[in-house]
Amino acid sequence: MRGGWPDKLSPVDAVLWGFRLVVLVLVVWGTIGTVLAAKYSGEVWLDFLVFGLSQGSIYALIALGYTMVYGILRMINFAHGEVFMAGAYTAYFVADALARSGHLDRYPLPSLLLVLAVSMTTSTLVGVLLERVAYRPLRHAPRLVPLIAAIGASFFLQYAFRGLYGSGFKAYPEPDILKGVWTFAGVRILKTQAVVLVAAVIMMLGLYAFVMKTKTGTAMRAVAEDLEAAALMGINVDRIIVTTFAVGAAMAGAAGLLYALVFKQVHFFMGFVPGIKAFTAAVLGGIGNIPGAMLGGLFLGLVESVGPILFLDGLGIVAPYQLKDVIAFTMLVMVLIFRPSGLLGERLAVKKA
Amino acid sequence: MSTGPRRWTEALRSGLIWGAVAVFLALAGMVEALAGRQVVAGLPSLGVLLPPLSALAAGCHAARRAAGTAAALVHGVVAGTTTGTLVAALVLTGSLLDLRRVFVNASPALFRLLLFDRDLEGAWTPVAAAAVAGVAGAVGTLLPPRFTRAVVTGLAWVLALGLFQELVQLLLVDGTVRTAIRDVLYTTEALSPGGSALVFIVAAAGTWAWATHRSRLHQWAAELPPRPARLLRGLGFVAIAAAMLALPLVAGPFLSHVLVLVGLYVLMGLGLNLEVGFAGLLDLGFVAFFAIGAYTVGLLTSAGGLAVTHLSFWAAVPVAVAVSLIAGVVLGLPVLRIRGDYLAIATLGFGEIIRILVLSDFLRPWLGGSQGVLSIPKPEIFGLELAGPQHLFYLTLAASALVALVAARLRDSRLGRAWMALREDEDVAEAMGINLVNIKLLAYGLGAAFAGVSGALFAVLVGSVFPHSFQLLISINVLALIIVGGMGSMPGVVVGALFLVGLPELLREFSDFRFLIYGAALVIMMQLRPEGLWPAAAVRRELHAGEEMKNVRGPAG
Repeated sequence: MRGGWPDKLSPVDAVLWGFRLVVLVLVVWGTIGTVLAAKYSGEVWLDFLVFGLSQGSIYALIALGYTMVYGILRMINFAHGEVFMAGAYTAYFVADALARSGHLDRYPLPSLLLVLAVSMTTSTLVGVLLERVAYRPLRHAPRLVPLIAAIGASFFLQYAFRGLYGSGFKAYPEPDILKGVWTFAGVRILKTQAVVLVAAVIMMLGLYAFVMKTKTGTAMRAVAEDLEAAALMGINVDRIIVTTFAVGAAMAGAAGLLYALVFKQVHFFMGFVPGIKAFTAAVLGGIGNIPGAMLGGLFLGLVESVGPILFLDGLGIVAPYQLKDVIAFTMLVMVLIFRPSGLLGERLAVKKA
Repeated sequence: MSTGPRRWTEALRSGLIWGAVAVFLALAGMVEALAGRQVVAGLPSLGVLLPPLSALAAGCHAARRAAGTAAALVHGVVAGTTTGTLVAALVLTGSLLDLRRVFVNASPALFRLLLFDRDLEGAWTPVAAAAVAGVAGAVGTLLPPRFTRAVVTGLAWVLALGLFQELVQLLLVDGTVRTAIRDVLYTTEALSPGGSALVFIVAAAGTWAWATHRSRLHQWAAELPPRPARLLRGLGFVAIAAAMLALPLVAGPFLSHVLVLVGLYVLMGLGLNLEVGFAGLLDLGFVAFFAIGAYTVGLLTSAGGLAVTHLSFWAAVPVAVAVSLIAGVVLGLPVLRIRGDYLAIATLGFGEIIRILVLSDFLRPWLGGSQGVLSIPKPEIFGLELAGPQHLFYLTLAASALVALVAARLRDSRLGRAWMALREDEDVAEAMGINLVNIKLLAYGLGAAFAGVSGALFAVLVGSVFPHSFQLLISINVLALIIVGGMGSMPGVVVGALFLVGLPELLREFSDFRFLIYGAALVIMMQLRPEGLWPAAAVRRELHAGEEMKNVRGPAG
């Protein structure tokens, strides 16, 4: 540090340590309080756990888009949450039409696949357009310029879809086969959540295989490693960047449908908070790192669903669930401050940030 | 330029892009919303003119790339017709399918507007209108730029006076001269044809004359001996000050309310400008300090149950400023080591944490939860209650002037230079011996203090404080206005606030599309004019240096 006395604690470090300590004490104290109070049964905890995992898998899917784009362009695609919203919201109309005509319950699997395809296609289109119109001209601009453009694009997309589709909440139809619960070895689990979890894991495995095994995936990794060297190796960098946006957006579109299945409503503002949380997940796992994003997403989902009753209830806070976003955002800030390279990542953070 | 077929497809492409824009504007509801806005009596409304205006842009865009007059005209026609065809296709689709189930605005009324108030057999009209507009756009690129500029300025004045006709007419109510002007320019609800022609001619001729004589005028001003020059500047300053002081008397309560809002955003903009513009620290949680200022004043002065004490407004403001300043430093401390876009996200996180906490039931006994703090008394001065917006305008004006003065002095101080060094390169600044911790904390603290002043004024303007007034959108709003005005530029803050806060308040039809337009403005500004409308000198230099670098690097990547 400044002055060159590494063994002396600078005031800033002291403050940061204090901050850590306060959060740690709050967490431990709250947990002890909750455990001692023993207000919740094991079944309740299990429900929260499953809910957290399924929600986390949605965050993970969105986080993939952030992480891949950041890995290549070193920019936060602030509008990624809106890409997610665009797919879910557009697919609502297809789902609604299918539900009205009764096809959704008569042929549930093809119908859901159709809705999924529409959601993914819309998101992909929006993502690719976003790259082409808003980001590509700014590729060599100073660092804050693309971020500000992305913030602008995020608001533009939100209000564009509000203008097109209206500003009300729309109730997503729920297919009959996803109603009710399954019981595995005595564990009760909501069908929707199980399906969401499984679908998300399949998508993530597919993506991982795509990135690791195919030629395009290899090219993507090469561009992420070193854009200029990759260009010299004959890789069409522009095309790889578009592909990255497209794949990330497609994952966000899939997440959009899953999110709509869990929460059963869509809205033009629905992308914003999940977007920020997915970004948190991406940073948590080490941005630029694909397995990291998956892990970060699941972890964030868990903490967010279990956290309010585990940490806050024990502190005697009323209505702890109102503060679930506070937990997510606190985690975001803590990760950014103390471990910007994330859980799995070791490169970056200082390199270009 | 390339060979035949490719150029054709380029014209077609411009047409398709702008056609998509026109279709989007129609489906997003802008055409219908602006259909009530008559600019010139007897001409179609602004909403109806949106698709032809898109075609005009398409023609312009296409003709720019064409070589030769004939080619440009042909490209203009092709682009315009394509745009119009897309609009017509939308109408035809809408008549076959029930688009309304998906697109809320795709109503029969909209389709009638797109066909210039005709039934379906008039489906050719948008195509024809767009073709004509496309040619007009192409012609615009062919004329000498000075001429085009004069025409465009003239049209812009007509548009401005037409759009704000209610306001302008309101200003021209009494006095024989004013009434006479109004009678020449306006009918009851739009510019009269004669009036618009007059405005157009005067504005166009003025622009033309300005273009001719500008250099001579500049030279005259530059050659003035120092004393008259100083006198001239002083006179200009006095004139501006007098105009500002007289403004609320002329403007009336509604316009004054808008001006107070603009003033509050100017205050916030000046604060965020310290952080983003001067020091390069992108803060998306800025609204938190605005909220802290407002809540402090609310809790200290309110006549309601949550009040801590019952101070007067004047005693509460310094406390609010101090609390915001401390909050700025405290929130700045943990993020000292974070840079660039991570900093933006971290501050966004802080802002949201504070908003959710304020809104929660947990802090409800102290902050009132979603019900907020009510019945905040208006400030009094010498026994006179500053009740209406006309009075509060002076308060806001005084605060803005003071804060602007402070900001200007800061910018030119040693601290200001240190901030700019920090903005340019953090590592180099540190190597130059700048204490990064101190100057960053000062930037956060002072910026927050400015926002605190704004929040304090907001609390007394509205008379109550709710958490819903402190959405993230406000932070984005403030960011947008300093970017549109020009990062680091103080007159830019005022310009940005007038454009982004004042205009949407005045044009009610636009307020629905406010954030749509903000978003588009941010994206477009970043691409075309990242330095803003009224750039700071240093930023302009820096960005142009960047452009040269890009040219050297060539088209690779």
